[in-house]
Amino acid sequence: MSNSTVFFKNKPRISSTFTIAGPKEGASSFGKHFHQLMADDRFGEDTFEKAECKMFSTCIEKTIESSGKKTSDINAMISGDLLNQIISASFAARDFEFPYIGIYNACSTFSEALALSAVLVDGGYMKNVVAVTGSHFATAERQYRYPLELGSTRPPQSQWTVTGAGGALISDKGNFPVIVSATFGKVVDYGITDANNMGAAMAPAACDTLVKLLKETKTTPKDYDLILSGDLGALGSRLLKKLMSDKGFDIKNHTDCGEMIYNIEEEEYQGGSGAGCSAVVFGSYIYKKLLKKEIKRMILMATGALLSSISTQQGESIPGICHAVVIES
Amino acid sequence: MTKYKDANFNQDYINYVKKIAPKTNEARSLWHAFLVGGFICVIGQFIRYFLLYAFGLYGDELAGATSMILIFLGCLLTGFGVYDNIGHIAGGGSIVPITGFANSVCSPAMEFKSEGFVYGLAAKMFVVAGPIIVYGISASVLTGLIYFIIGLFTA
Repeated sequence: MSNSTVFFKNKPRISSTFTIAGPKEGASSFGKHFHQLMADDRFGEDTFEKAECKMFSTCIEKTIESSGKKTSDINAMISGDLLNQIISASFAARDFEFPYIGIYNACSTFSEALALSAVLVDGGYMKNVVAVTGSHFATAERQYRYPLELGSTRPPQSQWTVTGAGGALISDKGNFPVIVSATFGKVVDYGITDANNMGAAMAPAACDTLVKLLKETKTTPKDYDLILSGDLGALGSRLLKKLMSDKGFDIKNHTDCGEMIYNIEEEEYQGGSGAGCSAVVFGSYIYKKLLKKEIKRMILMATGALLSSISTQQGESIPGICHAVVIES
Repeated sequence: MTKYKDANFNQDYINYVKKIAPKTNEARSLWHAFLVGGFICVIGQFIRYFLLYAFGLYGDELAGATSMILIFLGCLLTGFGVYDNIGHIAGGGSIVPITGFANSVCSPAMEFKSEGFVYGLAAKMFVVAGPIIVYGISASVLTGLIYFIIGLFTA
């Protein structure tokens, strides 16, 4: 069995973060933690796609700005989103002079971007890399589901795509939370075909990556203050706990970004999802906790459902993926 | 390399997910659908009587005018962003009446206007209602054919 975990020797660190979220996310009890809130879903643009793109460019700009660095100090950005051909990230990259590395792993793109940035910085190839991911409810709905104004109902196992973008700057110097290792996940598919139940599709992948991480870093769940998954939602989290306990691990200290972000009053049901979900929750509340050293050691493991609207219509099952990084304050 | 499906699908897991996944509260959904759907039909009946007694319309003209007014109301409420909220509560109750059909044509037209009037609005307008039209017409043709054949033998 090959090793999936990469250990970093030169302490790549997260020197700043910035998060931007939509009005619905801002109105929830978690909303006060975000750095910036959009007044409306269009963000002053004429289409939702342009709004998502603007979210990205604002996020990149402010992430760099809040670290006190200049754009000329940045070596590259690693970024991705949920739209076809990752247009939001790519179009936002037009505004910047540094190289752009576009990636896609659905909602696990954020931890993937952090891991890859850490690899580049740790290897000494680059000094500052920006990792940015995001998603937008309106653009995701029209790509994956129905028009916004259609009077359809959402099934109770569904989740709500987060409108928001989060960025993190990975640097080689400074006294900041350190990424100590990254575990790259493999694609796992247990045969779930319900595109509304992405938590169930992703939980086996999360379990696979977490077990590998614990084995290869020779740690137990108790060694971490927090095991934070990306957007499994309430149902997916419950399934992950069950899968882990079947393998002999008790993960009491696990929580999920998707479960935290909404008050669950409307039709969010199982919680938030999307590439922006883990990015905005980690970049705001969790990062502050790391800075204050209230969290000393944590796992961030964002999960992704690698489906497309075409694969769903053809009746294909949903492959899941999960990448994890271990962060120490 | 084994073919993925054979090697890795986990039927126990799929069954477990089915067991613990939250179910739609069907009694409540049906009750809401009955209330809202019924109310829309009452409005339709009211419009029908109004046209009958105030304007003296009858037959096909009366049915057509009633439908037109209901379709207009469905589109208007969609445009105001109200119809989807009704739909969240009513479910099938606001999808089945003709106002729901209007909503299913109107909402993609609004949504895809950003891709232009030809390839966006016009091309995507029937993305939801298209299947209803195709299979609705097919079913009516089939029914007509069956009636015709039965008629040949009974006449």
